[in-house]
Amino acid sequence: MLQLAWLIPVLPLIGFLIIGLANKKLPKAVVGFVGCGSILGSFAIVLTLLTEVLNGTIQSETLTYFNWISAGSLDIKLSFLIDPLSVTMMTIITGVGFLIHLYSAGYMSHDEGFARYFAYLNLFVFSMLILVMGSNFLVLFAGWEGVGLCSYLLIGFWFKNNDYNNAAKKAFIMNRIGDLGFLLGMLLIIVTFGSLEYSAVFEQAQTIFKPGVAQPVLIAITLLLFLGATGKSAQIPLYTWLPDAMAGPTPVSALIHAATMVTAGIYMIVRSNVLFSLAPFTLEVIEIIGLTTALFAATIGLVQNDIKKVLAYSTVSQLGYMFFALGMGAYSTAIFHVATHAFFKALLFLGAGSVIHAMSGEQDIRSMGGLWKKLPITFATFIIGTVAIAGIPPFAGFFSKDEILAHAYEHSPILWALGVLGALMTTFYMFRLVFLTFFGSFRGTEHQKSHLHESPLIMTIPLMVLAVLSIIGGFVGVPEVLGGHNFLKSFLSPIIAPINQHTGHALSHSTELMLMGISVGAVLLVIIIAAIVYISKKAVPSPEGSDLSAPHKVLYNKYYIDEIYRTLVVKPLYWLGDIFYKVFEIRIIDNFVNAWGKGVDRGSAGLRFLQNGSISFYMFAMVIGIILILFFNTIIKL
Amino acid sequence: METSILIFLPLVAGLISFLLPDNRAKQFAFVAALAEFAYSLVLLLQFNPQETLAYATSVPWVKSMGISFSVGMDGISILLVMLTTFLIPLIILSSFRRTFANSNYFYGLVLIMQSALVGVFVARDAFLFYVFWELALIPIYFIALIWGGENRKKITFKFFVYTLAGSLLMLVAIIYLYLQTPNGSFDINQFYAVGSTLSSTDQALVFVAFFLAFAIKMPIFPFHTWQPDTYTVTPAQGTMLLSGIMLKMGIYGVIRWILPLVPEAAHTYGMPAIILSVIGIIYASIIAIKQKDFKRLIAYVSIAHVGLIAAGIFTLGEESLQGGIIQMLSHGINVVGLFFVIDVLFDRTKTLELSSLGGIRNVAPFFTVTFIILLFSSIALPFTGGFPGEFLLFVGIFQYNPWIAAVAGVSVILGAVYMLSSFQKIMLGETNNLTSGFADLFTSEKLVLIPIIILIFWMGIYPDTFLEISGPAVKALIKGTGTSLSLK
Repeated sequence: MLQLAWLIPVLPLIGFLIIGLANKKLPKAVVGFVGCGSILGSFAIVLTLLTEVLNGTIQSETLTYFNWISAGSLDIKLSFLIDPLSVTMMTIITGVGFLIHLYSAGYMSHDEGFARYFAYLNLFVFSMLILVMGSNFLVLFAGWEGVGLCSYLLIGFWFKNNDYNNAAKKAFIMNRIGDLGFLLGMLLIIVTFGSLEYSAVFEQAQTIFKPGVAQPVLIAITLLLFLGATGKSAQIPLYTWLPDAMAGPTPVSALIHAATMVTAGIYMIVRSNVLFSLAPFTLEVIEIIGLTTALFAATIGLVQNDIKKVLAYSTVSQLGYMFFALGMGAYSTAIFHVATHAFFKALLFLGAGSVIHAMSGEQDIRSMGGLWKKLPITFATFIIGTVAIAGIPPFAGFFSKDEILAHAYEHSPILWALGVLGALMTTFYMFRLVFLTFFGSFRGTEHQKSHLHESPLIMTIPLMVLAVLSIIGGFVGVPEVLGGHNFLKSFLSPIIAPINQHTGHALSHSTELMLMGISVGAVLLVIIIAAIVYISKKAVPSPEGSDLSAPHKVLYNKYYIDEIYRTLVVKPLYWLGDIFYKVFEIRIIDNFVNAWGKGVDRGSAGLRFLQNGSISFYMFAMVIGIILILFFNTIIKL
Repeated sequence: METSILIFLPLVAGLISFLLPDNRAKQFAFVAALAEFAYSLVLLLQFNPQETLAYATSVPWVKSMGISFSVGMDGISILLVMLTTFLIPLIILSSFRRTFANSNYFYGLVLIMQSALVGVFVARDAFLFYVFWELALIPIYFIALIWGGENRKKITFKFFVYTLAGSLLMLVAIIYLYLQTPNGSFDINQFYAVGSTLSSTDQALVFVAFFLAFAIKMPIFPFHTWQPDTYTVTPAQGTMLLSGIMLKMGIYGVIRWILPLVPEAAHTYGMPAIILSVIGIIYASIIAIKQKDFKRLIAYVSIAHVGLIAAGIFTLGEESLQGGIIQMLSHGINVVGLFFVIDVLFDRTKTLELSSLGGIRNVAPFFTVTFIILLFSSIALPFTGGFPGEFLLFVGIFQYNPWIAAVAGVSVILGAVYMLSSFQKIMLGETNNLTSGFADLFTSEKLVLIPIIILIFWMGIYPDTFLEISGPAVKALIKGTGTSLSLK
């Protein structure tokens, strides 16, 4: 199947071209068919590749297609790498991608931009596949920028609304800040290793640099790459675009801003784990940033009232967990969490979409309540997703999160405790969301109430499939203590740096069981608390504009980070623009240039004065001239 | 012979155009420009990049002074000639829905301009180069002066005098070098031979003289203040000529008439030139953010983009020279597309004030798609024409000095800021009185933009087509300067 691998990204590209070029001329059914069918086709090829990788027919294959950019000694090819890591990512992208395409065909069916939507979505899948399939950093970067473009186009999909347009612009610009880091990281790689090809770079890195010795170059490279990751994967300090990105259609939030694109930063670091493992300093930075983001975003999630905003902060927080894992050198664990998160977070977003669809566009959970009766399938699957993210065994999130926490305990019990704290906050805000949305009595308008309905099958089938995956998805990584042998870890081991192979956590089985017990017990306790607050006491968050306690207010306003960035970055930039233009450009530089012109003007006026036609003036000038000549002559002779 | 045809065909056609009736000139000029393009394409297809000088001719012109009509093309020249011959028909076509008074003169001047531009890119004799260099200024001066907008007299006068002052310094340097040649010749190879034997001080002086002429033309900060006014006041087709092709004369000049001529000085004084260029990148980008008029905004963007090319070229790295060359092509194509978008905007709404536009995406889908493609190519999204050049330029600059590259890199962010903001203000949101009746592109307008878009993707996906043509010439050039940095 290797000879067909090129079709994996090209099929969605063809889908994009067909839909995009025909635009509104195709009936919606055809658009939906082309859009979904192309992804399904890619998924089928990916599955055959996956089996071949699983049974060992393919270990690591580079497929070179053509010279992309070559100049001087630089020779960058457009080529793909098929190995366990890329195949894992491709499976998630095309699999979850197909389900979300299918769902979209129902969700977007009434939208006049239906064709445009599918064109963008196919272009996104193409770019995302390029990102994970490339065999060098530049192809990765091409996909990286491509998904950024699609994200921009889809966040601002409803372009009549300027708030949405601002959100789209913000996302692109913040990503570009990260991209500059990525770009400089690549340039430093070129200067250091003379290549951008993974195999060449990693091989050289392992021979040139020895572990345990501080490597300034590697620290610089990895920090720059990580800066890129903080943009794309919404980590501190570049995370604020992601909550705003919820302006896009909800399936987009599921696919791009939860399941796939935002995990690109994690993929990139895992891909370059050889470099990161040789730069322990960077790993520590990643660990701190990841954990901080996980906790920080979770606290904001506790008080949000927009169903998508809660999920958005949850995504930022879960991505933080993945970086936390990366920072501890637990690369395969991070990918494990990428996979399970893709299942349950896509499920939760699509479920939220189903709720919003039923509520005629309402997103505020204060206006919901008691929806379980009217949306039974959405409710059941949403509960499954919530239980999975909360980390209750045997749901998917339990295994991946537990693996992260086990690594954390091995590093330090304090890290473990903080990790558990984040998990508890996650549990609380998720169950708060569930209870406010599906339990109690309906708080919306009569009009909304009369419209409540379960979504059509084309939307509920993806929900059900994702629910099943959220239940069983964790079984690819069952730890030994629970009778498994962590399949995913051994599957990914060929791409992990040898020096890092031993860093599997080395906790005794009894400790591990005890930790699991504590965290699961605490999670259950938090669920009960949430149930008491939001079911028994029927608490509803206070309406907009009411007085909040100071800490509550700070959280509700997301720590005022957007306002801080506006004051510290955006405004000074505009101010600088004014200063440069009005002062430097017009008053200084251009004035100086014009002064030359005026100088010439005046000079010639002066020269003209010399030729005034007065004989006596000429005589006088002559005499002066002769005196001067004689004078200089004398001086020279002396 | 072949190269001479490329020079004289548009010149003759331009003179004929003067004599034609007003209503025939447009079609005639277009056909002539197409013929020129077809002929240059034939030459390109037969061109062997390994050849040091193809299609060369050298006949004595003013024998007593050692001036000869000496022309020919290497890989660098032929690419810039192709850029010219590709863009001129599109620029003429872009005016098909506009009416100019005395259009026979207008199109005649465009064709004469083409002749001079081609001449600059192929001249192998310093005097001839100078003649073409100055000749190119005259048609564009009249185009701006006669068909320009408000305040044109003052602005075009400044433009004319400023650029002329720069070239006079170059003339002094040319004469100086001529006097140094053993048997009095303006031949480029004799110049090269003489240039590298000069003392450091003399090289420095020659460097400064040439640099000022080229820096004003591009323009590089702080020699740029003629540019935004001139771009804004000139009619769209004139702006396309200026930004698409004419500013490449300055960059080409650096490659052909500075680097191999005074290699030691280029090496020593490259640093200040690079620093000025990089200041210009950031300075112009930040100013662009605050511009209210879209045409003026793009004028500043052009300064930023050219700054990156100039900085890359002065690093003398092979990667960045190659990047600079492909970026000249890509910038030329892209900026002509953007100025055409601006022309269409102005044609429909009679304004370019960002704050009075908006919502056009609702009513003009084809226009929107082309605008989006041009926008993302100009901020160098991979697989568009802007990317390979920008990336290679950064590679070269980073090798030269990582910190300078990091500063220049900020333009990657600023580019997104000004382009997306202006796109949003022009195209997104709800329509208003000015934009609700916005007509989508007409066929002749599509015919301008489609070739541009095809090239944008071609250059982005398979830039090797172009890099291979200039590769050997760049290698030879670097060997000549003997001061290259290169990757290990």
